[in-house]
Amino acid sequence: MSSIHLKNVVKRFGEVEVIPPLDLEINDGEFVVFVGPSGCGKSTLLRVISGLEDATEGTIHIDDQEATSMPPGERGLAMVFQSYALYPHMSVRKNISFPLKMAGMDQNEINSRVNEAAKVLNLSDYIDRKPGQLSGGQRQRVAIGRCIVREPTAFLFDEPLSNLDAALRVNMRLEISELHKNLKTTMIYVTHDQVEAMTMADKIVVLRDGYIEQVGSPLDLYNKPDNKFVAGFIGSPKMNFFSGDVAAQYNADSIGIRPEHMDSSTESGKWSGVVKVAEHLGSDTFLHVVLDDLGAALVRVPGDMPVTTGDRVYATPRTNELHRFDAQGKTIKN
Amino acid sequence: MATTHTQRTAKLMVSPSIILLLAWMIIPLGMTIYFSLLRYNLLSPGTESFTGLDNYKYFLTDPAFFAALSNTLVLVLGVLLITVIGGILLALLLDQPMFGQGIVRILVIAPFFVMPTVSALVWKNMFMNPVNGLFAWLAKLFGAQPFDFLAHAPLFSIILIVAWSWLPFATLILLTSLQSLDKDQMEAADMDGAGMLAKFFYITLPHMSRAITVVILIQTIFLLSIFAEILVTTNGGPGTESTNIAFLVYSLSLLQFDVGGGSAGGIVAVILANIVAIFLVRMVGKNLEA
Amino acid sequence: MQQATLNQRKILTSVLAWLIGLMIFFPIFWTILTSFKTEADAIASPPMLFNFSWTTENYTEVLSRSNYFLHFMNSVIISVGSTILALIIAIPAAWSMAFSPTKRTKDVLLWMLSTKMLPPVGVLIPIYLLFREWGLLDTRTGLVIVLTLMNLPIVIWMLYTYFKEIPVDILEAARMDGASLKNEIIYVLTPMAVPGIASTMLLNVILAWNEAFWTLNLTAAKAAPLTAFIASYSSPEGLFYAKLSAASTMAIGPILIMGWFSQKQLVRGLTFGAVK
Repeated sequence: MSSIHLKNVVKRFGEVEVIPPLDLEINDGEFVVFVGPSGCGKSTLLRVISGLEDATEGTIHIDDQEATSMPPGERGLAMVFQSYALYPHMSVRKNISFPLKMAGMDQNEINSRVNEAAKVLNLSDYIDRKPGQLSGGQRQRVAIGRCIVREPTAFLFDEPLSNLDAALRVNMRLEISELHKNLKTTMIYVTHDQVEAMTMADKIVVLRDGYIEQVGSPLDLYNKPDNKFVAGFIGSPKMNFFSGDVAAQYNADSIGIRPEHMDSSTESGKWSGVVKVAEHLGSDTFLHVVLDDLGAALVRVPGDMPVTTGDRVYATPRTNELHRFDAQGKTIKN
Repeated sequence: MATTHTQRTAKLMVSPSIILLLAWMIIPLGMTIYFSLLRYNLLSPGTESFTGLDNYKYFLTDPAFFAALSNTLVLVLGVLLITVIGGILLALLLDQPMFGQGIVRILVIAPFFVMPTVSALVWKNMFMNPVNGLFAWLAKLFGAQPFDFLAHAPLFSIILIVAWSWLPFATLILLTSLQSLDKDQMEAADMDGAGMLAKFFYITLPHMSRAITVVILIQTIFLLSIFAEILVTTNGGPGTESTNIAFLVYSLSLLQFDVGGGSAGGIVAVILANIVAIFLVRMVGKNLEA
Repeated sequence: MQQATLNQRKILTSVLAWLIGLMIFFPIFWTILTSFKTEADAIASPPMLFNFSWTTENYTEVLSRSNYFLHFMNSVIISVGSTILALIIAIPAAWSMAFSPTKRTKDVLLWMLSTKMLPPVGVLIPIYLLFREWGLLDTRTGLVIVLTLMNLPIVIWMLYTYFKEIPVDILEAARMDGASLKNEIIYVLTPMAVPGIASTMLLNVILAWNEAFWTLNLTAAKAAPLTAFIASYSSPEGLFYAKLSAASTMAIGPILIMGWFSQKQLVRGLTFGAVK
């Protein structure tokens, strides 16, 4: 059992309320991703859970045990930092064994655990090097190794992949997902990248200005966003939004339709427009279209559709995948 | 940005320093202020009496005070002028490619490690002595009269000695700053057709302004309290020609045992230092902010 | 062609720089040289560069006539003692201000630095009288206390600037790893800050070694460090150039050698973290 319950948690820095009263339940073994634009309070929330910051109000329970004012070292949580935060003066072995040494563990036990972790993470060849001599990916694995050996009740990740290059990021994403499958430990992962959120999470928590906009599985959020913000934030490329007359036709303040949810044609369709830019990705082509009366929109079409700049195209939104929003940006349920 | 627990620990850990420095500042300073209001001479103990501001009146109307005040300013400004300009030139020179740069650096930095009493005595006796000093020999070599530096230009001589001690400090800081100057910027200026002088005044000097500020700030702190160099060379003389405020207060209190007068002088010195500090911080504050 | 002019320029700058370097160093060189001359050779005119009879009698004389070793030990104890004491007080303070700053931290730091602006003469009398009262005049303890307080603001400031360069993340990682504050400082902060702490130490040992206001005013014989020992040569012994030189060489030698060896760290320290 390693569930985490936040009840009425508030965080203020002086006068500034970074996190308004917030409730959240994280279940045992779940991979939860906090996602949101920068400044949305996701990292602060993670730090409050970790104990590096305390909650101004409210309570935190870890494993049904009150942990609100426990120091970070006693919460049984391990954290991977954005900068990895490896100890630069210690070898990989010393880095990984540091938490065990702090816990006063027996040296033989430390050695066997460290060796085991190094094997799992492919670090055995670098075990005596200093962090400065490692590549970004290797440092990342050391940071993870330092967490694994403690056998924590939950892992916390604070944007761990943002310092890696694109190719490595995809690899590490997979490695972390695999790690979760193997260990089945609760993981909380903070990112601003919705692709990471979609690909890794069991449960996504979308945050904006400290408020939880929606909690749900990746596909829930994609298919049934609660509001315009989540609709726009989840999914890549972004959903197209229209307001005014066309929205009124659907009895909404504004409507949204994803680029992949429009049927396109060069002959006829509901909406028509002129292609400004066509981005050919091979499998798909993304058309930046200026629709008559509606304005700019992005439409995904099959890669083999022969269109170029200046062509007239037609797009028809699939009605059942069209999202309607009221004046407050809330989704209008059908 | 941390838990209240760490914030509380932080306060606890910073408090010894604050308490010590506060005590170091307030207790002696309070005593100095108190003494400065007394007629109090160590030679006649037990006769202390309250005299109000008399000590200040005597001190501030003493011609020695004005001499000391102007000597202090001349000393500080003279040394600053020599070390800052000399330091800039020397830093520019040392920044050029050359043979044995490391050794030259060691040679230049050396005077910084020489204690004031040693540098003052070596300069006084072995260089400035009108009979046996090297300068006297040099003068005779060129057929000139040896010049008795410390008798006829005591303040200038002391400025020279002190500047020699502080030139390495200025040079090293300015050199460090110079070495951090982005070479691309220089090449861009070359492309823009800037000449040597233009490059110096529009790029190098502005880049060094922060370092120059640091040099002025730190040196002023130390230069305001120059003491040992005066003590072992001229003893403030002849007359009061090379007496600065620090030396004047010392001679009042520990040579004439006039605690009251010395304390008043000490307080005046503190006030003057504060005026200089405010002036300095105003002048250079912006430079240090960034 | 261009290579040749470049080389010419380099030779020219080298010659100029060496000349100036040697000129600046000359007084020290001359002192060391003179310390090996006889008194007669020391004041010979024209001055003798190398063509004198080398002797070490000045050193033996200085060592036998005065208690050089006592003054040397006083200097060591006073400078190292005050530096270590200041470090012990300053490390926690610098940790607090660097890693747990509040709105007032900047003001506190500036205030601490401003105590350095307080001219020593302003507090000379009370310190002198208090020390006389407490029997601290002419004691190493007394000087260690004064110099610790004198240099504390600089030590705190320097450590603060070094600590600021250490990412907070790493200390927080230690906290997550269950390190207590004590372990965080001992195992993580201090080893990472070793270069900074070393330059701070060096600079302060040098400043304390060469401090010549309090050491001259608060000591007589017992606790007098080398600054005061040399001051006793101001007259009339100063006219014995060779002996003055030998004593001076012994006074500046240790710190000069230490300074040269630690040049790199020192330059960093000298800038008080204000110049990158």
